[in-house]
Amino acid sequence: MEISIRNVRKTFAAFPALAGVDLDIASGELIALLGPSGSGKTTLLRALAGLEPIDAGQIRFGASDATHLSVQERRVGFVFQHYALFKHMTVEDNIGFGLSVRKGQDKPDKAAIRRRAQELLDLVQLSGLGKRYPAQLSGGQKQRVALARALAIEPRVLLLDEPFGALDAKVRKDLRRWLRELHDKTGVTTVFVTHDQEEALELADRVVVMNRGRIEQVGSTAEVYEQPATPFVFDFLGSVNRFRGEVQGGKLKINGLSLGTNSPLAGAVDVYVRPHDLRLVEDSSPGLEARVLQVQRTGPIVRAGATLAHDGARVDVELSHLDPLTATLVPGARVRLLPAIYGLFPPEGDAPLKTLPDVVPNAVPEQRGSRARA
Amino acid sequence: MPIHPGTARIHSVSLRTAQQRRAIPGFGLTLGITLSYLSLIVLIPLAGVYFKAAGLGWDGLLHTLSSARVLASLKLSFGAALIAAIFNAVFGLLVAWVFVRYRFPGKRLFDAFIDLPFALPTAVAGIALTALYAGNGWIGRYLEPLGIQIAYHPLGVVVAMTFIGLPFVVRTVEPVLAEAEKELEEAAATLGAGRWITITRVILPSVWPALLTGFALAFARAVGEYGSIIFIAGNIPMVSEITPLLIIIKLEEFDYAGATAIAAAMLTLSFLLLLAINLFQAWVRRKR
Amino acid sequence: MSENLDHSLQDPPQLPSEFGTGPLVRKNSAITEPAWVRWLLIALALAFLSLFLLLPLLSVFTEALRDGWGTYLSALREPDAMAAIRLTLIAALIAVPLNLVFGVAAAWCIAKFEFRGKQLLISLIDLPFSVSPVVAGLVYVLIFGAQGWAGPWFAAHDIKVIFAVPGIALATVFVTFPFIARELIPLMQEQGTDDEQAALTLGAGGFRTFWSVTLPNIKWGLLYGVLLCNARAFGEFGAVSVVSGHIRGQTNTLPLHIEILYNEYAFAAAFAVASLLAGLALVTLALKTFLEWRYADQLAAAHRR
Repeated sequence: MEISIRNVRKTFAAFPALAGVDLDIASGELIALLGPSGSGKTTLLRALAGLEPIDAGQIRFGASDATHLSVQERRVGFVFQHYALFKHMTVEDNIGFGLSVRKGQDKPDKAAIRRRAQELLDLVQLSGLGKRYPAQLSGGQKQRVALARALAIEPRVLLLDEPFGALDAKVRKDLRRWLRELHDKTGVTTVFVTHDQEEALELADRVVVMNRGRIEQVGSTAEVYEQPATPFVFDFLGSVNRFRGEVQGGKLKINGLSLGTNSPLAGAVDVYVRPHDLRLVEDSSPGLEARVLQVQRTGPIVRAGATLAHDGARVDVELSHLDPLTATLVPGARVRLLPAIYGLFPPEGDAPLKTLPDVVPNAVPEQRGSRARA
Repeated sequence: MPIHPGTARIHSVSLRTAQQRRAIPGFGLTLGITLSYLSLIVLIPLAGVYFKAAGLGWDGLLHTLSSARVLASLKLSFGAALIAAIFNAVFGLLVAWVFVRYRFPGKRLFDAFIDLPFALPTAVAGIALTALYAGNGWIGRYLEPLGIQIAYHPLGVVVAMTFIGLPFVVRTVEPVLAEAEKELEEAAATLGAGRWITITRVILPSVWPALLTGFALAFARAVGEYGSIIFIAGNIPMVSEITPLLIIIKLEEFDYAGATAIAAAMLTLSFLLLLAINLFQAWVRRKR
Repeated sequence: MSENLDHSLQDPPQLPSEFGTGPLVRKNSAITEPAWVRWLLIALALAFLSLFLLLPLLSVFTEALRDGWGTYLSALREPDAMAAIRLTLIAALIAVPLNLVFGVAAAWCIAKFEFRGKQLLISLIDLPFSVSPVVAGLVYVLIFGAQGWAGPWFAAHDIKVIFAVPGIALATVFVTFPFIARELIPLMQEQGTDDEQAALTLGAGGFRTFWSVTLPNIKWGLLYGVLLCNARAFGEFGAVSVVSGHIRGQTNTLPLHIEILYNEYAFAAAFAVASLLAGLALVTLALKTFLEWRYADQLAAAHRR
């Protein structure tokens, strides 16, 4: 089922959690909502489920307008970060709950509900655990039960709120792969929220990067990583260096260094370069002169911190250990750096590079839950 | 498990771990004070009741307990306590729900008053309830024309027992309701459950162990209660005479054996109830 | 209940948004009931509380002043009433400090050490709560009464326990026994032993450690326990009634004095004395609420709630 979101707005006590969001999700797509806390990603997910009433805008599931439907009527599968399994019910009863609360003709008989629960247990590879209680399961198993329970109602959309957030790193990686396979098998349109960029990039067909209640960029995983649309996206997906430069006559100038560009910008610009998109070049070649402060090697990657000679700006460099010039990287040495891939944005002044939003924590919906209790 | 046949071990030396004895001083002193004081004030005197009761023999005990007046009082004490505890379970759950879930003016004031039965002396509660429910009282005057008598009637016993047991259910259920995850209810809603189904099939099952505990506590308290009841009950033998009062009457008649027999029976019943509550809570903890 | 413990599942306040439109769905129907149900339940709960709690309390004060201030004051100034006040104070002055020392000692050994039978000990400390007060009085009659085991010995030495002040104090100690201990035990268990160990490694002695490290940590919990213990000590009726002997001006505590006045149909006087105790209960509730609100983090009771 495709979803269309039009100009959705939501304000919590003067804090705009969603400041006009437009998004189209294709049927069968697996989409990640990615952003820091307070970016509105969870609010958007909850608005899709009907758990968060919206102030304005429209949400459509396929051809039907879902904006005014209650949670119960929307038929969405929702998976919570902390599983939200019913502790007093067996795994089987948890999975069958959605079917057992239906009324009249829609309600399957007991045997049918049991059969469906068994099928779903097989699907999430927990066959034979149906009679257990949630307390007897591991975190990963609980989350798979939660998923089976959400799928049992044959949801129009599957919504997952930081589904792996409460699990440890190893389980998280396994479940991620498993969820991708499950999605490819069932084909249910799926939206999941995460603040983990690696998770978003590895799992999703498309990534929606959110910040301060707005969508910064929507694109394939390659697009958002390689062609960030805004400084925020550049910064949020991995670390980045910022240089001051100037565009003159189709050329980018950084302290005399001239580089090609097709940017429509003119005049002063900020140049964003990821540490591994900087190349170390011979003394004679054109480049930016920098003084090495410290060098650190982790496995095949050599990381160096340096300052630019012309304005003292701090630069982080990442090189492969195969690069012959890494030998010249010693503290105190003078080296020349050449940006290989870079993005240009209008200058932002002297604001610190980390552009994460200032958030009033109490106004952030995802922290209002029972877990935020003092 | 609190009560099991291991009491004697408390006095053995094996109970201190050498490491902690070194780290923090005062174990011997404080445990000594605790055990001596506990034994002197509580354990030995209570054991005395059983010792004395044992002196009566089974026949003596049964003779006292099977008298019609004692049986009637036991029936009243336990029956009225049961009704009061059920009443408190229903309304206590309602009060706990309202105070945890909703916001309304005066909430904090009312919340403080819930503990009034703990703070108000029972004799004061007794005469106040009697004044309210007597035929000319603020409430009684409206009930009497309807043919409902509360004061000087078994119903008065239920009213007094409801008053003194009220905070137990509220205060045991409140924290459980407060800790219930909001996500559980949201999950139920996304699965299509309406509000009523969510409450009956998701929220209440998670509350009922606490509810049962509060019910048992209110019941135990009501069975033993004396001060607030004797004023409103009228104390008519065979009709509105509670068991604790009968103990006092036996004492005033210098029938120490009779008083002891009834006391031993009541003590045993309340210990069994306490044991049941503890076993039940241990069972719930294991299951979760 | 302090503000941060308020779990009311209601929507955050809807401020007028800069976009000018109101919410499309006014309330979050997923996790709360329709407004009319909410208000109906609130009304039912408050009606129940008013009927069973506020009305009796109110009636105490109204009945006390029924015959005017003159009768009210003379009922309190009467010598028997003064004697009852004195005796009640004495009983509380004996019971509260004794149970305070015991409570601190019990909490210290239970919270700071591991030993077998600890759970049993905690349950035994709670025991007096599940014993009928009348039975509590009876046990002392069986021991110290004229026909009791120790009775003849005490009589031979001309010491009166039953039907005298010592018996009343003992009964009061019994019924107020657990209050301070059960407040301090969970509190001190939660606080652990780190502070004490730090003090000891810095060279402080055991008593010094308790006085300047432990005591400041538990002072509000201690006060809370004392408050509840004191309220019960002032108001105990059943247990004291059994051992008192009801001698006017000598072995009558305030609650017993109320009973006598009431049985003599001196209702206004009975309620006047009752209003004193009701006032004390109100002060207790107010202080208790204040402590729960102001020092919620330093009370075990507030954590349990």
